[in-house]
Amino acid sequence: MHELSVVSHVIKIVEKIAGEQGIEDVAAVKLEFGEVSGIVPEYLEKCWNWSVSKNHPVLKNADFEWSITPAVTMCMDCKGTYETVKHGKVCPFCSSENTFLLQGNGINIKELVVRDYESEKGGTNNGTKAFTGLSV
Amino acid sequence: MSSIYKVIKTSNTRVIEVNLSPYAIQEEMADRVREINKANGSFMVNIMASPGAGKTTTLLRTIEHLGNRYKIGVMEADIEANVDAEVMASAGVGTIQIHTGGECAMTAEMTLQAIEEFHTKDMDLLFLENVGNLVCPAEEDTGADLKVAILSVPEGDDKPLKYPLMFQVCDAIIINKIDTKKFFAFDDEAVVERIHALSPSSKVFFISAKTGYGVQEWAEWLSDRISRKGMQCTN
Repeated sequence: MHELSVVSHVIKIVEKIAGEQGIEDVAAVKLEFGEVSGIVPEYLEKCWNWSVSKNHPVLKNADFEWSITPAVTMCMDCKGTYETVKHGKVCPFCSSENTFLLQGNGINIKELVVRDYESEKGGTNNGTKAFTGLSV
Repeated sequence: MSSIYKVIKTSNTRVIEVNLSPYAIQEEMADRVREINKANGSFMVNIMASPGAGKTTTLLRTIEHLGNRYKIGVMEADIEANVDAEVMASAGVGTIQIHTGGECAMTAEMTLQAIEEFHTKDMDLLFLENVGNLVCPAEEDTGADLKVAILSVPEGDDKPLKYPLMFQVCDAIIINKIDTKKFFAFDDEAVVERIHALSPSSKVFFISAKTGYGVQEWAEWLSDRISRKGMQCTN
């Protein structure tokens, strides 16, 4: 249920970077999140689509791409690592509960792809057609 | 944060490697809240719970115990309406109502605005009564000195299993409405065990905000935490 708040924070950061870099048109926002970060991809996409429709001009043409980082737990007793979702808190190798999550609960804004109108106007001709039809 | 990301330029699109947490801006704001509170000598407590767990009543009871020791202010965060702020104000407590505008939790940004508006300079103890929710508030660092969750008996002893992050991030858990225990199958030992599995150092208090049972112990513990921070500041 935290997808909306995650999305609103992501948008704020993207808009801040856009302001600093003079970006007017973001082509894609790439987000990574862990398997046990509590994010439901379907809800995340719905929240994204709803949020960007609310007066965020920089993002109006942006694709939203996400990927899931697997969750891995480490056992402190046998030092083994295993899939968190499959085995939970108990180590499948030695049955110890002395385990901790190594990765898989984080959220990371990986990168932005932005369209650069300056070089488009400069007449380069490699793959610019994809966005020349956009109204600016 | 502006110095962190790297720009890779291609023909006419640029890839900006960001690698930032969605909470990056909020973390800076939370540091600012901490700076202001430190400068003002205010101790801030973030109170989190489900809707209806008894946040407002617990605060009123707590203020009865601590009101003569500290100048207390309450920031009431809700999506809409002023009901909690009115209850607080009618009890004579300095209160500001914050409307989160649909957001499911207080962010550091909203907290910063509230502190600036509320003129917290003279306040020793600030309570932030967060939006009723066991998920989102746990993820936001508001800049509070202490995080406390209230779990009420009717909600069940399984909540630490279902909402682990909340019980992991809090310094103390208050189990409220223990006067209703005879109506519910609530296992005191199991709940403490589940809380300590997530956060071994967490303090657990059993109270009834309605009857006042157990409130003194919690209030004295809080007072002790406040004086310990005060000692750190002067040293």
